[in-house]
Amino acid sequence: MTRTARPRTRLVVVGLVSVAALGVLAASGLQDSLVYYRTPSEVAARPRSTTQRVRLGGLVQRGSVREDAGSVRFVLTDGAAEVVVLHRGDPPGVFQEGQGALVEGTFDGRRLFRSDLLVVRHSNEYQGADGETYRPPDAAVGAATP
Amino acid sequence: MSRGAVERVLGVLAALAAAALVVLGLLVAPPDAVQGQAQRLMYVHVPAAWVAYLAFAAVLVCSVAYLVRRDLAWDRRAQAAAELGVGLTGLAIMLGSIWGRPVWGVWWTWDPRLVTTVVLLLVYVGYLGVRGLAVDAHVNARRAAVVGVAGFVNVPLVHFSVVWWRTLHQPPTVLRPAGPASAIEPVMLVALLAGVVAFTLGAGWLYLRRLRVLARRAAPPPVSVGARPVPSVTVVRGDGE
Repeated sequence: MTRTARPRTRLVVVGLVSVAALGVLAASGLQDSLVYYRTPSEVAARPRSTTQRVRLGGLVQRGSVREDAGSVRFVLTDGAAEVVVLHRGDPPGVFQEGQGALVEGTFDGRRLFRSDLLVVRHSNEYQGADGETYRPPDAAVGAATP
Repeated sequence: MSRGAVERVLGVLAALAAAALVVLGLLVAPPDAVQGQAQRLMYVHVPAAWVAYLAFAAVLVCSVAYLVRRDLAWDRRAQAAAELGVGLTGLAIMLGSIWGRPVWGVWWTWDPRLVTTVVLLLVYVGYLGVRGLAVDAHVNARRAAVVGVAGFVNVPLVHFSVVWWRTLHQPPTVLRPAGPASAIEPVMLVALLAGVVAFTLGAGWLYLRRLRVLARRAAPPPVSVGARPVPSVTVVRGDGE
């Protein structure tokens, strides 16, 4: 029917354009932004820009956390490579050695990474304190014992 | 059992399960060793997300049933399920955000799990919008059914986002090949399951109530006694539109 064919054609055109737009977006922009964070090994492999903002993810190495007034310094590792992070600001409450963390910032020189956003990446394990008195975990930050 | 009785029984069971959830989640289960009290939000955040998946699965089934049968009753079932799914997805995002602030340190971040969940929410908000574009109920129902079927791809995308891509959101603890064993303390798992039962029953109760309202709206208005006889109108719908 010609009377109803017109809206249907329009619908098909709108549908095709949306699919094409999504395809283009997926092929170009999303390719990079789907990589939510980089690992220390990945940044070790490529030349470091001191101006480009990077999001780094890894484990906070045990025994590496040093807290100063208004900043915290620690080593972020993925088992193969390490990055020394200097974060300006207080770490979130559950920030802990041996746990996952993400930092955002830029490299300063060859080894130091200056972060202004520190996010804790929690594991998928849930455990009570097992009869011990519950202690807020931030009391453990800064303790040098592994 | 009559429809109303089923509804009442579901309502009572949902209330009982919710009471059990409050006791187990707030009093019996211990606070998490790392996250502390904030971890208790898991007992409502995870059920909200799971029951939203379930609701979108119901949208898929009812949409297919509508496309096969062309019966508006299936369309109403799909609509009620989609409304529930949208509400629960919004709830899961809000609860997750409240959990994220103390544990992650941020309310929001553009990680793949969070982005795919927002896309899921927008697609089903769009599904509800598509239902109102045309005047003819069958045209609306057919378009909505197509969106309702296609939109379901988002559900596995959301669920596996934490497995396929790097995310801040933790990978699954319970819905994974290895199961929940050794990753969560048993009493915490029991509280979580109580939450799932409470949310499922509560959602079923709301679903039946909403379905009743939608069916009443769709039914022809009752003819009052003593009123002039209403001329009967037969609507013949052409095929091919």
